[in-house]
Amino acid sequence: MQKKVWIVLALLLLVPVFMFTVSCQKRVQAQAPAPMPAPAPAPAPAPAPAPVAKMEVPAFMTERIFFDFDKSALKLEAQALLKKKAEWLKANPAAKLLVEGNCDERGTAEYNLALGERRAESAKKFLVDLGIDAKRISTISYGEERPMDPRHTEDAWAKNRNDGFVIN
Amino acid sequence: MRYRRWVICLLACAAGAFSILPVWAQSETYQYIDIRNPFLRKIPLAVPLFKNQTGGPREDENSRKAVELMGASLDFTGYFKILDRGAFLFDPQKSGVAAADITFQNWTVIGAELLITGIFEQAGDNVTMELRLFYTIRSRQALGKRYSGNVAETRKMILRFCSEVIYYLTGNRGIFDSKIAFVSTGSGKKEIYICDFDGYNPTRLTYNDSISLFPSWSSNGQYLAYTSYKGGKPDIYIRNLADKRESVIAQEGLNITPAWAPGRLELAATMSFSGDQEIYLLTGTGKMIKRLTNNRGSDVSPTWSPDGRKLAFVSNRTGGPQIYVLDLDSGNERRLTFEGKYITQPAWSPRGDKIAYSGQVGGFHQIFVIDVDGRNPVQLTRDGGDSESATWSPDGSLIMFNSTREGPSRLYVMTAFGTDQRRLLLLNGEQTNPKWSSGVFN
Repeated sequence: MQKKVWIVLALLLLVPVFMFTVSCQKRVQAQAPAPMPAPAPAPAPAPAPAPVAKMEVPAFMTERIFFDFDKSALKLEAQALLKKKAEWLKANPAAKLLVEGNCDERGTAEYNLALGERRAESAKKFLVDLGIDAKRISTISYGEERPMDPRHTEDAWAKNRNDGFVIN
Repeated sequence: MRYRRWVICLLACAAGAFSILPVWAQSETYQYIDIRNPFLRKIPLAVPLFKNQTGGPREDENSRKAVELMGASLDFTGYFKILDRGAFLFDPQKSGVAAADITFQNWTVIGAELLITGIFEQAGDNVTMELRLFYTIRSRQALGKRYSGNVAETRKMILRFCSEVIYYLTGNRGIFDSKIAFVSTGSGKKEIYICDFDGYNPTRLTYNDSISLFPSWSSNGQYLAYTSYKGGKPDIYIRNLADKRESVIAQEGLNITPAWAPGRLELAATMSFSGDQEIYLLTGTGKMIKRLTNNRGSDVSPTWSPDGRKLAFVSNRTGGPQIYVLDLDSGNERRLTFEGKYITQPAWSPRGDKIAYSGQVGGFHQIFVIDVDGRNPVQLTRDGGDSESATWSPDGSLIMFNSTREGPSRLYVMTAFGTDQRRLLLLNGEQTNPKWSSGVFN
């Protein structure tokens, strides 16, 4: 994940450079290979170069929030973290956010896919309520298919019940 | 009866697979197995080695394979106790195989109530088998069939006879033409695989290099719907198994848990494009027909009643997941399950009277069945680990599921009463989401 963020960052820095040095008429396309197969239209290089060039993604933007078993309600810590994310999103209007909902393996796969989506949507709704444009936030559920920690322990399960965040 | 047999015969001939000649008349279908509770007492069945006509080494080898397959396939049904050949007072090479030549007392004395004899002849690559089923107590032949075809068709011929035996004893064609679709991680990713009812010939179906889940057979066996992330998010793909072409249901949000309606090319599936996870009715190519559920929260995992007029599904409308039943005519919904907190993965029995599901007991999932009126929930699995994803055999006699009882998740099968639990097959990786196809395709 961290690696992908750096790739995106690097691209975002490079793109404006290309635009100024090479030529302005050659539209930058296929320049940014989408790091994740995103459901929203491919993350186009931001049109406004000046603020984007300065966009640095702080660690808390990709920090996960965690949930209780079979719950999609946001805990207080999760809400606090989402508020920080919302502030940063307001300060960086070109940034887009992908929220990935994840579950532990204790549920069953079908229901967990649905639960993962509700978890991702919980975070999205919270951010939208804080004034972030819904169009900037997309969601995807991975259910129990992409555990952070593959072990079969309480610790692992607690980690695996989360929303992941990808900035692009 | 006779008409049906000739249709099957004609179909087989048309397919060019092999010819079936019903050489002896069959009097009546004998309801020997009580299908309401068939596994309480297993019927002792003797399957001695076949009589080999020419005595060549290839014939001997293939004959032995054929008789082993016959025993294993009938054993798979759970109806029989296959008797140990060591106890037989019978030498197939010296004894006759027809009723007049058989000393039935030699079989009744060792407890055999049913006997199957065979003549096996191989000439070049051509195999001819004469197979007979006897009811030893009445000293009477129940069935007689002759099959002829390429040696590569031996399995098909043996299974066809097994099907005749089960039809004679239960009035149902059984499971021998059915297939299993399942998910396996053998390649490192979750892909869809298909194997025969008994785990034979597992074959990888998808090469999506992504996460693929929840296979579902159309009732004619021609289409397989499943969920995959190959487009970047969970969408439903509908594959024509003959030409491998796919259509896709890729609305915004989730598109998961497709379930084909019985007898028609329509499916129910969960989609979340409205902002809420609801179950919709779709055409076989994924076009919207109508919305079926309308509740805040998750509605997933639809399963059809065999008459196609009801759907059971999972909803969390009262908190944790429970199973509900929707009557499609009236639109009425009722809650089915009340015991246990985490109830998911309903599977409606092809006989219509029961629904299997996964329920959590002490932190682990176990397979249950419940009457469709919500009475008599019965826990069928108790072994360690999780047992999930129940799917019924097309005749409703068996239930397959995946379990972590031996560590990695694998496929297991048991009778509908929970007896005779055994592993289906051993493959690399982990296997989940088995889905049994419906009955007879050819």
